[in-house]
Amino acid sequence: MAERRFSVTRLPGFNTIALLAFAAIYLPILVIVIYSFNDSNSLASWGGFSWRWYLTAWANEEVQTSTIRSLVVALLAAALSTVAATMAALGTTRRAKFRGQTLIYVAINQPLMVPEIVTAVALLIFFAWIKVATGYQGLAYLVLSHTAFCIPFAYLPIRARLEGMDATLEVAASDLYATHWQTFRRVTLPLLAPGILAGAMLAFVTSLDDVVITQIVKSPGQETLPTYMLAQFRRGITPEINAISTVLLALTIALLIVFFLITRKKD
Amino acid sequence: MSSNEERSRRASIRAAWLLSSPALTILMIAAIGPLLIMLIYSFLTPGKYGNVEWKFSTDAWASILFTRDIFDGTLSLADANLTIFWRSIKLSLLTTVLTFLAGFPTAWFIATRPEKARNLWLFLITIPFWTNLLIRTFAVGEIIRKEGVLNSFLLNTGLIEQPFSIIFTDMAVFIGMTYVYLPLMVLPLFAAVDRFDMRLLEAGYDLYASRWQVLRRVILPIVKPGIVAGSILVFIPCLGAYVTPQVLGGGRNMMIGTFIELQFGQGRNWPLGASLSMVLLIVVTGALLVYVRALGKGAANG
Amino acid sequence: MKKLMTSVALLLASTALAHAEGVLNLYNWGNYTSPEMLDKFEKETGIKVTVTDFSSNDEALAKVEAGGSGFDMVVPSANFVGIYVEKGLLQELDHSRLKNIGNIAPEWANPEWDPNRAHTIPWQWGVTGTVVNTAVYNGDINTSAIFLDPPEELKGKLNVVPEMNDVISMALKYVGSDQCTEDTEALKKVRDLLVAAKPSWVSMEYSTIDKMVKNEWAATSDWNGSAMRQRLQNPDIRFGFPKEGFPIFMDSVGILKDAPNADNAYLFVDFIMQPENAAMLSNFARYANGIAGSDAFMDADMKTAPELIIPEDVKDKGYFLKVCPPKAQEYYTAIWTELNK
Repeated sequence: MAERRFSVTRLPGFNTIALLAFAAIYLPILVIVIYSFNDSNSLASWGGFSWRWYLTAWANEEVQTSTIRSLVVALLAAALSTVAATMAALGTTRRAKFRGQTLIYVAINQPLMVPEIVTAVALLIFFAWIKVATGYQGLAYLVLSHTAFCIPFAYLPIRARLEGMDATLEVAASDLYATHWQTFRRVTLPLLAPGILAGAMLAFVTSLDDVVITQIVKSPGQETLPTYMLAQFRRGITPEINAISTVLLALTIALLIVFFLITRKKD
Repeated sequence: MSSNEERSRRASIRAAWLLSSPALTILMIAAIGPLLIMLIYSFLTPGKYGNVEWKFSTDAWASILFTRDIFDGTLSLADANLTIFWRSIKLSLLTTVLTFLAGFPTAWFIATRPEKARNLWLFLITIPFWTNLLIRTFAVGEIIRKEGVLNSFLLNTGLIEQPFSIIFTDMAVFIGMTYVYLPLMVLPLFAAVDRFDMRLLEAGYDLYASRWQVLRRVILPIVKPGIVAGSILVFIPCLGAYVTPQVLGGGRNMMIGTFIELQFGQGRNWPLGASLSMVLLIVVTGALLVYVRALGKGAANG
Repeated sequence: MKKLMTSVALLLASTALAHAEGVLNLYNWGNYTSPEMLDKFEKETGIKVTVTDFSSNDEALAKVEAGGSGFDMVVPSANFVGIYVEKGLLQELDHSRLKNIGNIAPEWANPEWDPNRAHTIPWQWGVTGTVVNTAVYNGDINTSAIFLDPPEELKGKLNVVPEMNDVISMALKYVGSDQCTEDTEALKKVRDLLVAAKPSWVSMEYSTIDKMVKNEWAATSDWNGSAMRQRLQNPDIRFGFPKEGFPIFMDSVGILKDAPNADNAYLFVDFIMQPENAAMLSNFARYANGIAGSDAFMDADMKTAPELIIPEDVKDKGYFLKVCPPKAQEYYTAIWTELNK
């Protein structure tokens, strides 16, 4: 694989389309970043350069706690759903057909097929029983419901990777008397990693954006960034949200660069 | 079949269920189980102020296809429901196609980067989507609105004479949804393309295949699982989309998601909302199975 | 080490205690509660108020009704107060524990939807009307015709806030009928009127302020508080009180039956009936409150705002939204679906 010939992998127009797609994806982000420095109350009319929304956001405890809560829920939900989805993908792919296989497949994809509001109302009723019985009002309800709807988002990319993944290496490993676990840990997992990474990222992003289920399921005080924004919606959202988004973006990119540099040095 | 083979087959099935059980348990508690509540609700009577009354009724199911005209009482095909379903399906299909046309080259591009840089590119395509959906959609609106960024750019460079106006149309919704759902297509495609053995391409070219033939005969069949996964992840959530039709479409035309939401909100008809979503579930499950069987056949057994 | 453990245990115990004594959970419309007012309340009483947002009356009712919500207080609109009471979700207020109850302005002290304020006390109130950019159109704006039968100048530059009950009840008034009617002739007229008007509407959105200020729209149906904020940023903008009839909303705060911190809730409810505290709410949310004497503490731009004062000649045209009986509600939804299909 190391000596990939450029001409072979090149498909006409593909690089152009890809770079255009990247540009298109970053254009709105650029707009968000620029308007975070906007000295006006509205998202869209330019009132000159200013740091004021960064200061406002810095002083706004509610916006900070809801941002952190969003990240915590998304990280937990992405981690849990990715683990569950990876196991399920290993269980349902590359096996002889068996009864119930389709059932599992449909069950895993079920959260995709029902509009969120329906799941939300159903969860409201179900969780209310638990809340009345136990009095527990914690974050677990949100984490659990997010994990559930993140599972298909994590499962599908992992499955796509796994399907038709060459089994010969794994067979070779067990021929060499590797245990199941060793085979999985040393052979399957590394081969599967790009799929798992893709799945985990999708799950994370999906959880981060959820508003309908969160709005209905949240216990007192459990605002996330999207529900906080929903509350601002009718009165007009201010560039404060842009400022928060820009900070998050900058942090992510910084972390990414550090991570990239470290892994590069190691090699 | 020898008993040995039979035994290993059984073990494999047991392992399959065992491995799937954590996911299935979570789903049973927080998705499928609660949905049974909705199934029951669809056979009840709407409560006076929303919620349900515990009286059996099949009205909710009957009124999906047929409506009694509220004014003259005649029974007719529920043309509003069908219009809304059709619009949602059309827009979702178009979005799926466009995300594929843009997403496949992108996934290919990422997968053909040198190994070290690949994850970096993968992150680069996801990071924008860590920014909140609502704010991203607003930003798209900012770009395509009449006095927006794109229009001023095109006007200033003299590429167009008149500003175009697409905000608050289905076109705007289509563009917005393509933007919003692009990573859902790119990531599964990448996962599939990335394990594609590039030597197969050489083999293809060695046999004097044209680029188009290689694409169609060698590449596409192998990345099919990625295409299946990506289209499912784009098409189905599109059907229930809420934010984008509201912000970019101006909310004038309902989609299935908004329509069902109406029944649970201002419409105060929970049973109808429940039955509509059951129909959606059945239709989508059916379509999904047909689609997966038809498209995934070659690869699924590989 | 032991000492450390003890102090940690003590700390945990004490915060648990504070938790039980000094908290209060308010379930309110988003972006509707003044944080300064909450700070002041905390300073005076030591009670920390946590606000949780809802985005519609139906959502709030569903959640409270489901049970175990954990909220102490909720702020429903007038038409929903009766539902909460009928379903037994709100406590009857013990007026002897509310020393400021006399501060409620006379016109809000005994509303038809909550006689004698037995269950709720006023939070904020406002009206739905028309908002027009007079640089684009300077005809009569005190009419629902602005969006129901729009003048040529406004066609294609018009937004309607998609609040079903507001829009349909205003249309019913416009054709000379009344809200919640089951008169099919009037309902048919309303349907035809709305279907004919819709092509002139460019959008149906809640978020109006930016687009009006930036002249993307020339008119919208909207709430008066929102209209005032628009005028402050764009002096051409005016608010109209439709002479055919306009909905009045009043959101009122009540204490839930299963409130975990009912005593604290009484303190809070009494607190917001003090004029200067009620004024803090108004200054933040930009709507009027129902507390006599709060004007004195309001921001200058609110005291004189024409949007917040209903003119004498149309005072009798305002109406409270009712909760329609199921049949009428079915008509509403059918018309709404037809309109938005």
